[in-house]
Amino acid sequence: MNNVYLDNNATTRVDDEVVQAMLPFFTEQFGNPSSMHSFGNQVGLALKKARQSVQKLLGAEHDSEIIFTSCGSEADSTAILSALKAQPERKTLITTTVEHPAVLSLCDYLASEGYTVHKLAVDKRGRLNLDDYASLLGDDVALVSVMWANNETGTLFPVEEMARMADEAGVMFHTDAVQAVGKIPLDLQHSSIHMLSLSGHKLHAPKGVGVLYLRRGTRFRPLLRGGHQERGRRAGTENAASIVGLGVAAERALQFMAHENSEVRRLRDKLEAGILAAVPYAFVTGDPGNRLPNTANIAFEYIEGEAILLLLNKVGIAASSGSACTSGSLEPSHVMRAMDIPYTAAHGTVRFSLSRYTTEAEIEHVIREVPPIVAQLRKLSPYWSGDGPAQEADKEFAPVYA
Amino acid sequence: MWDYSEKVKEHFYNPRNAGAVAENNATGDVGSLSCGDALRLTLRVDPATDIILDAGFQTFGCGSAIASSSALTEMVKGLTLDAALKISNQEIADYLDGLPPEKMHCSVMGREALRAAVANYRGEALEDDHEEGALVCKCFAVDEVMVRDTIRANHLSSVEDVTNYTKAGGGCSACHEGIERILGEELAARGETFVPAPTKAKAAKKPQLVTLEVPEPAPALAADSGKLTNLQRIRRIEMVLEAIRPTLQRDHGDVELLDVEGKNVYVKLTGACTGCQMASMTLSGIQQRLIEELGEFVKVVPVSAPAHAQMAGV
Repeated sequence: MNNVYLDNNATTRVDDEVVQAMLPFFTEQFGNPSSMHSFGNQVGLALKKARQSVQKLLGAEHDSEIIFTSCGSEADSTAILSALKAQPERKTLITTTVEHPAVLSLCDYLASEGYTVHKLAVDKRGRLNLDDYASLLGDDVALVSVMWANNETGTLFPVEEMARMADEAGVMFHTDAVQAVGKIPLDLQHSSIHMLSLSGHKLHAPKGVGVLYLRRGTRFRPLLRGGHQERGRRAGTENAASIVGLGVAAERALQFMAHENSEVRRLRDKLEAGILAAVPYAFVTGDPGNRLPNTANIAFEYIEGEAILLLLNKVGIAASSGSACTSGSLEPSHVMRAMDIPYTAAHGTVRFSLSRYTTEAEIEHVIREVPPIVAQLRKLSPYWSGDGPAQEADKEFAPVYA
Repeated sequence: MWDYSEKVKEHFYNPRNAGAVAENNATGDVGSLSCGDALRLTLRVDPATDIILDAGFQTFGCGSAIASSSALTEMVKGLTLDAALKISNQEIADYLDGLPPEKMHCSVMGREALRAAVANYRGEALEDDHEEGALVCKCFAVDEVMVRDTIRANHLSSVEDVTNYTKAGGGCSACHEGIERILGEELAARGETFVPAPTKAKAAKKPQLVTLEVPEPAPALAADSGKLTNLQRIRRIEMVLEAIRPTLQRDHGDVELLDVEGKNVYVKLTGACTGCQMASMTLSGIQQRLIEELGEFVKVVPVSAPAHAQMAGV
């Protein structure tokens, strides 16, 4: 079997219907939606339709609450910087230790600029302590930014409850929902969320398009000025073809929502159970009872993730890892470290993320291929001997430089 | 995905000499679990000849860590211990047709393991001289520890200085923000404020290139086993510098040994070498030669004369 793609949290294949809908917007429908002539007018109408599709997927009250951006990261930056610009008297941000770098590295940068950043810690299952959170909400807080679903583990945060708590304290709330949109049902009009980011390419739309949801009445300052597009809230000629594609992808996501939460979930559970039954010293990271239906993150102890990925790739399986080597950094994934996963396991975490295109046969292929790969690498590992970890691994093998 | 050479992939998919060697009489354990790399090297050495009869590795690590472990075991088999110790990181990387800059530490680990195993065989204690920071400059593979040490040793205060001394930032320039951050912290630590260089017109002058052809050193004293005394060590360092000097002088430059402190070898580049964009290339050449000659890791830190006076004054 060739090419089993289980890295859908990284990016997804563009839906065929999405591609078909986009094509005319490169050729006959090439107009600028701002133009007066009919070339532009048709495009303007198509954008309006796309905006309504996204509105429906999010359960937003108004279509004017949808601002198209170039990606999820731009939506995150826009939200965070807008909250600070619009409320200059507030100098504090609240976020979590396990956010995507799109939020985390911006927050670190802002901390170096003199803002106070509180990062909520997580427990070993990746869960937040809401009492800690409540104690931090105050008049100096400009924004709370908490992800809806974790990209590595799929663990869901109680963002609706957290948004309510922020609202009651008079604090603005943003959520990076890049992994959640299209995978779980959303109903923003009945939530207290002020801003939400999503990314097209995570839900079978193309790369290069995202959305910032901005609740009507939320104080806002644009990141990009210089044009009237998106009602003056995001200047720049619209990426018309991609926006049209995102609109169709949003419709398709709603059509497949039940499938995602039944069939995809069943396949994910089958994959996880199959691997864990055959591989000793492996465990699921995050909160298995409360996570996205498509994500399985498994730590294989005593071996390193990049080596696993390279061998998986050789048998046509695409996944991703939280090991240091896959990113070129010196530390394993900050998410695994935040959950206090030991180094011998954190470096060996592999994320399998499914989509509606994943088949039963593919899952069975992966269940067959993973155990021998893990066994092969453990045979090379100094922490492993025979059928189990080297006795008292720490004492048995103690490398000299740390 | 990393841009691994076919040779790296081949050694990763079919590692040679995996597992511990039976009846081994030398073991070297090195690595850093936080970085996700750890290696045990076992050797069987013929006590009569010091020749490595067999070598085996066990590695917890990424594809290139496993490949460079495999390469190292192939390279050392049949060599005497002293000959094996002369294998440089670059030679391991070359054997594999190159490694990505982020992955060069994998070959460092192989070398360290070899040193540890030899020390273990000879019953010596191994000094921990390994230091590694996050990669700052990807073009020239310069890490944060090197940048900080050089800033401190030379009292540097600008990105341009850092580039002149370490080469970091001399390529695509994308890491200048990171270098500015490090400078900001280092300057704050010594009670100063970092002031960025003013934006200036594009410079027209071309840097003068110094090519370094290092002649083979004169048949040196056979590298004796056992630790060098301080005096022996300094003599050897001077010998290496003497060997390199003619090349530098041909390009109207020179090098002077200022001080040796632990693993840091402080040198002064003079004449045409000062401020030359290629100076750091020269430095890494000197460092490589010193490591080979001394059989230990040393770091060549460039120092300008006033900075050295200041250091001595502290």
